[in-house]
Amino acid sequence: MMRTYAGHSDAKRSNELYRRNLAKGQTGLSIAFDLPTQTGYDPDHELARGEVGKVGVSIAHRGDMTTLLHDIPLDQMNTSMTINATAAWLLSLYIVAAQDEGIAESELQGTTQNDILKEYLSRGTYAFPPGPSMRLIADTIAYTVTHVPKWNPINICSYHLQEAGATPVQEIAFSMSNAIAVLDSVRERVDPSLMGEVFGRISFFVNAGVRFVEEHAKLRAMGELWEELGRERYGVEDPKHLRFRYGVQVNSLGLTEAQPENNVYRITLEALAVTLGRNARARAVQLPAWNEALGLPRPWDQQWSLRLQQILAYETDLLEYGDIFEGSKVMDGLVSELVAGAREEMERVRELGGAVEAVDYMKSGLVESHRERWRRIESGEMVVVGMNRFDSTEPSPLTADADGGILVVDPEVERERRAALDEWRATRDQAAVDAALAELARVARDPDENIMPASIAAARAGVTTGEWSQTLRDAFGEYRAPTGVGEAAAVSGEDLIELHEEVERVSEALGRRIKFLVGKPGLDGHSNGAEQIAVRARDAGMDVVYEGIRLTPSQIATSAAQEGVHVIGLSILSGSHAELIPAVLEALREAGVGDIPVVVGGIIPESDAIALREAGVAAVYTPKDWDLNRMMRDIISLVAVRHSVPA
Amino acid sequence: MARDLSAAPAVLNLVESRTAHAREQAAELLAAVSPSALGREAGAHIVGLTGPPGVGKSSLLSRLAAGWRAREQSVAVLAVDPSSRRSGGALLGDRARIEHDPRDRSVFIRSMAAGDRLGGLAPATRAAAGVLAVAFDVVVIETVGVGQSETEVADVADTVAVVVQPGAGDVLQFLKAGIMEVPDVLVVTKADLGRVAQRTAADLHAALRSLGSDSTVVVVSSLPPGSGIDELLAALEAHREGLDLGRRRLGARRAHALADFVTEYGEHGLRALGGRREAQRWLGAQDAGSDVPALVRALEQRADRAGGAPASRPGS
Repeated sequence: MMRTYAGHSDAKRSNELYRRNLAKGQTGLSIAFDLPTQTGYDPDHELARGEVGKVGVSIAHRGDMTTLLHDIPLDQMNTSMTINATAAWLLSLYIVAAQDEGIAESELQGTTQNDILKEYLSRGTYAFPPGPSMRLIADTIAYTVTHVPKWNPINICSYHLQEAGATPVQEIAFSMSNAIAVLDSVRERVDPSLMGEVFGRISFFVNAGVRFVEEHAKLRAMGELWEELGRERYGVEDPKHLRFRYGVQVNSLGLTEAQPENNVYRITLEALAVTLGRNARARAVQLPAWNEALGLPRPWDQQWSLRLQQILAYETDLLEYGDIFEGSKVMDGLVSELVAGAREEMERVRELGGAVEAVDYMKSGLVESHRERWRRIESGEMVVVGMNRFDSTEPSPLTADADGGILVVDPEVERERRAALDEWRATRDQAAVDAALAELARVARDPDENIMPASIAAARAGVTTGEWSQTLRDAFGEYRAPTGVGEAAAVSGEDLIELHEEVERVSEALGRRIKFLVGKPGLDGHSNGAEQIAVRARDAGMDVVYEGIRLTPSQIATSAAQEGVHVIGLSILSGSHAELIPAVLEALREAGVGDIPVVVGGIIPESDAIALREAGVAAVYTPKDWDLNRMMRDIISLVAVRHSVPA
Repeated sequence: MARDLSAAPAVLNLVESRTAHAREQAAELLAAVSPSALGREAGAHIVGLTGPPGVGKSSLLSRLAAGWRAREQSVAVLAVDPSSRRSGGALLGDRARIEHDPRDRSVFIRSMAAGDRLGGLAPATRAAAGVLAVAFDVVVIETVGVGQSETEVADVADTVAVVVQPGAGDVLQFLKAGIMEVPDVLVVTKADLGRVAQRTAADLHAALRSLGSDSTVVVVSSLPPGSGIDELLAALEAHREGLDLGRRRLGARRAHALADFVTEYGEHGLRALGGRREAQRWLGAQDAGSDVPALVRALEQRADRAGGAPASRPGS
């Protein structure tokens, strides 16, 4: 099956995009939701500011879902929804929208990502604490296995673990441990006779990096461990149920902003990792666009990725042979090495009480691996062509367009969405909404109930995404995931000594140690970069205040003022910098600390960077600024200049 | 500055600063808020909250802060985190875990790196607590660790609460062996673990009885939904009410002065005072209203007369 991850702005615009993609030969839908929808906030919530319609489509209620799917044959469609914390809710909206078209829920085919642990570990769009979140997952699985039998209720994601720096062993072990935690909680909620069905409906969403031989071995290792798990832990016998089913999005972490055209080669090689050997071939492949490190891909960028898959499938002879690695000593050796390493890590997680209890352990392990990977890139041990080697280039005709080569979401969308939401609220049957929310609250507080029927009823009554989520937040409590940075190894190295001395010198002159606030405003949960910067600043000798993701401008300003920091670093990867950074600057001025220098990092086109500097930002960093030590030197010197410390 | 809460960040910057100029100003400030200048002890309840990492101190603090705010009490938190011995830098991440409204000007949170004081307080923490105690109703010092940190915290705080999780064998051992001092309040978190939590509380009660301590209160708390918080607030308050505050604060100032002196002059300086015991005895005879810098100056002069320490602090 071929599809591309898409969606932006509102339901109407995304619907047009989907219908165009389907006309070009795409065979399924893959819906990208915006961050407010993913984290359970309505477009008019304070935290939604700057994020509405940005990284995906904004879906606030049944009406939006109906518009999104207009004229798309849902009984024939295989729909993948990248939705996690609010998966039960978006699935409810999907079911209601289908029923309105006269299609029964039992006919529906598709996938909800619905994997919360990797949200705590990497992606950051969680809404509820781990315990209740696992219950929501178990509820959707228990519900779909009987009511929506062709639905894949969960996609266990190892993809984001690799994006967060996971080694192949960590990727295998953490995702398998995650699957165990999910299956163990489902086991308590379904009839034992259904466990085979449940096991068979669990699919994985994996990553494939450019080291494509090892990556292929990784997939074979996962298949081996998965089958063993099914047989031994859950007593599954049917070979059909035991098959390791996975979809793939190939690596984004390795895509470069420098010479982005080279990413096309990387993506091609990564696609081979997941298709080469028939015994471990992906069921569904999603390829990123070549310019993903620059911003949101345009339709043409997506078409280019789709064509690659079509060439692989229809022009090459890839699909004509049996498994080409069968009997390969090299491949078998690699696989058994990975299996052994993964078993050891899984045992560790088990000793800590399972994946839910081991979130802190896994998170700090990932931060550590990512730190090591970054160190190897900086030292040149790991070659990234066009970035840390072979970096001279002719001017690129591809990125020369005026729009910087990326799709820009109209800022008007947010205003439109707020107005539309007001209208929805004003015209719905409020009494029905209140009753549905009261029932939802009751069900949420009773762990023996399944959340799905009450959610479907709420969707039908016209409840909004924010209302559904708030009801559950009230019942379950709020949660902040571990940042993992406190446990990251403190390294000392040649390259750090010079930085360290400079920090000491400037700190001495200031009278106290340089204090650096690293903040992530808005809903963007991609914290890997911010974490690495926080750790590096600590290793350079600074005192670093890092609070994790999802901060409002006023929270950041309050922290900056109360903590007495000398410099502030803000990281945003969702593309909402144009709205959020000025909002933070304004909040800083209001808090009386508008004179603290601010640096910004993210996927920021040059035209936006100019505007940010004009607004008062001291420096803007993008993925091409991969040398963290250089960034640290800049930051120290900003502080020195601001406080008139002589060089 | 009596009740101007907005001055807190600037005051903290000042007491943390090691430049000669800042230290003079800080000394003036401390003198201005000393009991002899105020005519009384600073009004805040200084609470030390300590325990091993991951035990839920920050969640507990969120609930406590909400409880104090509900009673319209202003709250300052000094969250002390360890520094890396290798780089001297530190990662300070606790403030986000303490839920509060960022617009609420009556909640002040400051993260402090402990510097080279492993398991203990940042050099400026004592002074910061002393100054904040004039302006806020409650000052909380949050530290990480078991066995050392509560000892230092006890030298500053009016009430020390040690937080442990169910099954905390180390705390039990440390208590019995006298490695840690007996805290004023013991909090067992994660009461949702049910019998394990109750058993831990019972074990702690038994250990305290065998040590002849009948004043320590053991509170069992769960998060969420936050049961036991009212009980904990009441226990903290009851301890403070039963306290001879003047005596405890006086002891704290003298301990603070000696600690500052030792930071500056080390063992050599201490020997010039005739050893730690002798120095403590001598401090005990000084004016009860003296502020910390005055006491440090007195110690310096005494050491100087004995020919052991420089006549004045370097750089002042």
